[in-house]
Amino acid sequence: MKRLRKMLLVAGIFILGGLLGACSSSKTQSTWNEDKANNTITWGVKADTRLFGLMDVGTGQIKGFDIDVAKAVTKKILGAKGKAKFVQVTSKTRIPLLKNGNINAIIATMTITPDREKIVDFSKVYFAAGQSLLVKKGSSIKNVKDLNKAGTTVLAVKGSTSAVNIKKSAPNAKVLELEDYAQAFTALKSGQGQALTTDNGILFGIASENPGYHVVGGTFTNEPYGIAVDQGQTELKNKINKALSEMRKDGTYQKLLQKWFGNVAGFNLKEASQQ
Amino acid sequence: MISVFQQHGQELLTGLENTILCSVIALFFSLIIGSTVAIFEVLPSKFLRIIGKIYIEVFRNIPLLVIGMFFYVVVPQYVFPMDGFTAGTIGLTLYTSSFIAETVRAGIQAVDGGQMEGARANGLSFMQAMWHIVLPQAFKYVIPPLGNQFINLVKNSSVLAFVAGFDLMYQGDMIASATFDTFNTYIAVGILYLIITLPLSYYMRYLEKKLA
Repeated sequence: MKRLRKMLLVAGIFILGGLLGACSSSKTQSTWNEDKANNTITWGVKADTRLFGLMDVGTGQIKGFDIDVAKAVTKKILGAKGKAKFVQVTSKTRIPLLKNGNINAIIATMTITPDREKIVDFSKVYFAAGQSLLVKKGSSIKNVKDLNKAGTTVLAVKGSTSAVNIKKSAPNAKVLELEDYAQAFTALKSGQGQALTTDNGILFGIASENPGYHVVGGTFTNEPYGIAVDQGQTELKNKINKALSEMRKDGTYQKLLQKWFGNVAGFNLKEASQQ
Repeated sequence: MISVFQQHGQELLTGLENTILCSVIALFFSLIIGSTVAIFEVLPSKFLRIIGKIYIEVFRNIPLLVIGMFFYVVVPQYVFPMDGFTAGTIGLTLYTSSFIAETVRAGIQAVDGGQMEGARANGLSFMQAMWHIVLPQAFKYVIPPLGNQFINLVKNSSVLAFVAGFDLMYQGDMIASATFDTFNTYIAVGILYLIITLPLSYYMRYLEKKLA
């Protein structure tokens, strides 16, 4: 009797697991119809990334290039009264949040990659970044080749393409992946690694606030940023693409780029605005 | 879910190993530190009692994540370098030991005062009476709550994921972000945690029955 009960318990656990699994098969509804009805688009944005999306602790608002682009796209799609709602995401949480419907679109320094295209749909490129390295001034590391030694530790962020790329570019280095850029940079400061790697735009943002650190080695990958929507939300994707093209034509895009990156030393505006 | 085990078995195994290793180390040291602090709390010396009280209140009332991050980023910057695994394990040990101290103290106080008096009257010193008479009885009382602390400790070891400690949760994060299959990955991670905690929970229940 006791054994039977135990077996039932184990079977119960597995059935529960199976039920949960069944729930995960998602329904396909048009996000665009919902957004149009609510006159609101919910964007997943970074809140820890200077220049792209950073939480202003004083006002509680997120500010950055991604935010401004999202606002401009929302206005283009829904008209002047359209509202853009922002939800904080990290590299790790953005795809799950999009998949479960908490956000309608991701504009969070997200690189378009073939792997990700199997899971989500991307808009056209809105920012052409490239991976680079941030090191302490005076560090012996000058480029990605210097990292490719046993005993060097590189810091990256969970769920980012840079974490995957660095494992290929410097297979001998140890890669530690942290939760977000703030944490990864703190880890760099406390000597948990010799370099922090991610896209140049993000690194320039960190370096501009921390004079003891600088970006080295140029870019060693191409990281075209796109806006992601869930697979099958073609209508929303087309609207976003149209809005992006219009923004490039009427100069809104260039103005935003100039606003955020115009004063960043060493940053190539032309390269970033490539399509 | 099966495919997660097939394709990423090695990563999950590394994670499982690190989680178990961290839990065993933390369990061992937190039991020692916790019992010591618990004895501090029942000593006649007021000074040591206050020390014990401060230790418990500090580590019991700070979130584990804060303690872990402190050892990961602050200590290496100003004191000496340590990696994520060490930082997380130290944090977990200090945090759990404060709970164990409270549990063991309750156990010691639950032992009838006459036991200590009787032992002292028979010529044992305070420490001898504590070690041979009071503590064995106290531990019997606190096995069920201690079991809870041990299980909590295993689960709390997931704090290592935040300080790059290569534990089960960290590996789960890696796999989820590489495959985008968040759902099945975390189910797999959950099952592996169950594999550690369920036997532990049954063993504690067995001990409880045997010793009670």
